[in-house]
Amino acid sequence: MILDELVGMLTDPLMQRALVAALLVGLAAPVMGTYLVQRRLSLLGDGIGHVALTGVALGWLVGNAMGLVEGALAIPGAVVAAIAGAVVIELVRERGRTSGDVALALLFYGGIAGGVLLMSLAGGTNANLMAYLFGSISTVSGTDLGLTVALALIVLVVGVGLRAALFAVCHDEEFARAAGLPVRLLNIAIAVVAALTVTVAMRVVGLLLVSALMIVPVAVAQLVASSFRRTMTLAMVIGVSVCLTGLSITYWRDLSPGATIVLLAIAVYAVVSAVRPLVRRRRPHDPHPHVPDDVRVAV
Amino acid sequence: MLVTAGPSSAPTSPSGTPGSSGRRRTVAVDARDVHVVLGGSAIVRGVDLVLEEGEVAALLGANGSGKSTLVRALVGAVPIASGSVTLLGHPLGRGVPWERIGYVPQRVSAATGVPATAAEVVGSGLLHGRRLWPPRHAQRRVHAALDLVGLDHHAERPVRELSGGQQQRVLIARALVREPDLLVLDEPVAGVDLPSQQAFATTLSRLAERGTTVLVVLHELGALAPLVRRAVVLRHGAVVHDGAPPRPAHDHDADEHDHVHPHDDDAGLARTPAAGLRWEP
Repeated sequence: MILDELVGMLTDPLMQRALVAALLVGLAAPVMGTYLVQRRLSLLGDGIGHVALTGVALGWLVGNAMGLVEGALAIPGAVVAAIAGAVVIELVRERGRTSGDVALALLFYGGIAGGVLLMSLAGGTNANLMAYLFGSISTVSGTDLGLTVALALIVLVVGVGLRAALFAVCHDEEFARAAGLPVRLLNIAIAVVAALTVTVAMRVVGLLLVSALMIVPVAVAQLVASSFRRTMTLAMVIGVSVCLTGLSITYWRDLSPGATIVLLAIAVYAVVSAVRPLVRRRRPHDPHPHVPDDVRVAV
Repeated sequence: MLVTAGPSSAPTSPSGTPGSSGRRRTVAVDARDVHVVLGGSAIVRGVDLVLEEGEVAALLGANGSGKSTLVRALVGAVPIASGSVTLLGHPLGRGVPWERIGYVPQRVSAATGVPATAAEVVGSGLLHGRRLWPPRHAQRRVHAALDLVGLDHHAERPVRELSGGQQQRVLIARALVREPDLLVLDEPVAGVDLPSQQAFATTLSRLAERGTTVLVVLHELGALAPLVRRAVVLRHGAVVHDGAPPRPAHDHDADEHDHVHPHDDDAGLARTPAAGLRWEP
């Protein structure tokens, strides 16, 4: 009975595509999220997501003007806008640290407003935008899937392959610069790949919740992991688990996949942070080091 | 004390040093008329600094004298406004053999968001301009460097769980892991207790014996005093003394002595009571 249901889900071609997309997003999003959390840029994904909305609408507008199928250029538009936005944020951050916060806020508002305005210019409706704001994983086409696979692979290759160098830059940028590492190139790589991650995850959870998928698994992982490497690995495991579980739930219950996945991730966070103090191994560890000259001072 | 040997012991102008007495030695650091401007204000103003290979020099000065900014500029962490810097014979830039240069920045107390173990932080010291992936035997070298600062047993602990002094030693290990020929340290013993300072001084003198060039920013010579043969003193971003280290106990009451103790920062809290005694005769 349950098995039949499972087989039914796994043989549904629509669901197959959705599951593959969810798997890839669950793997890729926490990888970049780990770097963003490490450099305290947790909201960068949100900023990029908002800009990507303008890109979606711009793609829609250009596609209409070229007489293409409605929305055909939405994802390419999102990719271009997200990369441009991410690079601008990075350059602003590099110039003056103080204005980074305000720059991010401007991107939030400008991105959403630009998206809505361009969409109405393109003759689209806000309902068209909703699919991108909140995700539309159930309508993933074969072409969409191909694009998702390609982008997710880029994210994974860069994010995992360059881990040592990206860790060095995120952990201590000044030291990385003094080691002659190509700091600016690596920073822009992080920004661009984070932008790609946003557009990959856009179909699954929607632009408004993209950042959650990048950040929440990392937030859970760092509750229990003690190293950067283990945090990233665990975040990937959690990301994949909540994406697949959340999506599967929506096969049987008519819920929004994106919202289900994100709430599931937050629930995992709540449970882990509640349970952690109870199960955490207590190391027999005296935090006070033995200082021999204490004795000498006393004499 | 200590002012007898070494080409740099004579209080000559820095630019005259290599030609006059160190003809066969090569120059590790050659900075000419370096200016650094940060946020519109001139922090370093026309500093000349020449260090021959194997030299151990201390950069002294009060808070805000520009010594940190100067070393950060020397290693390329902040841009120089004008002047020239040559490290190990190569002008500052991509051509510098970064794998031969170790840099210990001032400890930043703010922990990053994601936990990182001591071994991971030290491992990042193995990367440089021409190496974006860890080399072979990276783990072995990481453990050797941590062992050198007495922290190998904490290799797998998150850095943020270590004490301030231990974190400082992790940063030192990160610089030592490359086995550098030129070591640049920015207040490496701030917030480190006296026994650890002495252990660090021993490590440093062993490196110096092997011919490592050392430029160390210090607030006070402290446990490193026996090691330092040359002191460059900065004030308002310019060199006001270059030569034998000032004798602290004697110098203490001199007019130009800036009596500054680092207990205004959190690092000072880790000091033992004994640390304050070391300036006394």
